[in-house]
Amino acid sequence: MNKRIASYIHENIDEILENWRVKMEEEKDDRFFQIMSDKVVDNTVREFGELMISSITEEKATYTAKLNDFSVQIVRYGWSISFVLKALTNFTEVIYEKMDEAEYLDEGFQSHREILTNWITPLNHSIVDAYSVVWEKTVSLQKIALQELSASLIPVFEKISVMPLVGTIDTERAKLIMENLLQGVVKHRAEVVLLDITGVPVVDTMVAHHIIQAADAVRLVGAKCMLVGIRPEIAQTIVTLGINLNDFTTTSTLQKGMEQALAMTNRAIVEVDI
Amino acid sequence: MNLRSSVDIITEWDIVAARQLGRNEAKDVGFGTVDQARITTAISELARNIYLYAGKGKIEIRQVTEGNLRGLLVIASDKGPGIVDVRKVMEDGYTTSGGLGAGLPGVKRLMDDFKIETVIGEGTTISASKLLR
Ligand SMILES: Nc1ncnc2c1ncn2[C@@H]1O[C@H](COP(=O)(O)OP(=O)(O)O)[C@@H](O)[C@H]1O
Ligand SMILES: [Mg+2]
Repeated sequence: MNKRIASYIHENIDEILENWRVKMEEEKDDRFFQIMSDKVVDNTVREFGELMISSITEEKATYTAKLNDFSVQIVRYGWSISFVLKALTNFTEVIYEKMDEAEYLDEGFQSHREILTNWITPLNHSIVDAYSVVWEKTVSLQKIALQELSASLIPVFEKISVMPLVGTIDTERAKLIMENLLQGVVKHRAEVVLLDITGVPVVDTMVAHHIIQAADAVRLVGAKCMLVGIRPEIAQTIVTLGINLNDFTTTSTLQKGMEQALAMTNRAIVEVDI
Repeated sequence: MNLRSSVDIITEWDIVAARQLGRNEAKDVGFGTVDQARITTAISELARNIYLYAGKGKIEIRQVTEGNLRGLLVIASDKGPGIVDVRKVMEDGYTTSGGLGAGLPGVKRLMDDFKIETVIGEGTTISASKLLR
């Protein structure tokens, strides 16, 4: 990094930050500067400035090493990526404009611009990388969370197990449901399995198809499958689609399903006087 | 009135996004729970067909008025292979993918109005609408 530019920035940092802040407050698409308290904005602006300066004054080797830290810290601000990239561009713009104004730019001004660009480009790349790492991590964590949420077969009584289904069923989850169902039936020695779809927002032909296949598979391992928790609007839609659920015992609530399951296994819940 | 919005169907999760958009629009028009479920399911069928048979396409949702009735128009369009025999795909149980084959005839029953335009090798556009009565 050019020593002259670095020292210029260092000497004029307060003004640079102020100009930069004004520029950023004009950004309509991000409300950070509008909704945060002045104190928070002040602190963030200062921190951002220090980060930028430290990145400009470092030797090349240390600079590359520190890039990552810089990006990780920026990501923590929670700004949108376009806003961050804008912030970086604006920061160099402000510096360039100020140097130009102060006639600080000598005949080598072209190279000054180049230096600024060389400084900001790796920052941009590093920021984009840092953001995509965060996104990828979030997506994969959510995927795992979804898988954990989905489809465990719960033994409720001897011979009776329930699988509560919550959320959207895609191809991947449908596979998982099938696996867990079959493993669970064998493991818990279930004779009746209740598939509870209370928490499934949409039952289209694909979901219905998966349910029918699951029930067939359960039958093959010697148990019965009941479909419970069918909300009235879902029942109507299934009928209109023309899907045949005649091979199923279906009930509107899990409770009714449980009573039937107990009856199928020759049991009942009775009230007793003690 | 002609408010419109659309979702590109590229991945399986876009089907969920299209559905969500449809549900919100249906609520906005004032449809009750049963009709909301019908519309959402119809969108789900059309979006999945795009995903399965055309690879990618678009679901567009428009709020419409007919006379003094408000309603929703769903347009599913793709530049996929097109449908060879339109009469056949409207038969219950006809499928080329080992599915239930209940999607298109189902959508027709779920909605009030249903229209397929398709050209082999160029693509398919299916429009389905429902009015709030
Ligand atoms: N957008 C489309 N492009 C091409 N072919 C389609 C499209 N949508 C449906 N089809 C054809 O129509 C058939 C019937 O569709 P559908 O009624 O939804 O049943 P399913 O999807 O279960 O096969 C499909 O198997 C497919 O061959
Ligand atoms: Mg289909």
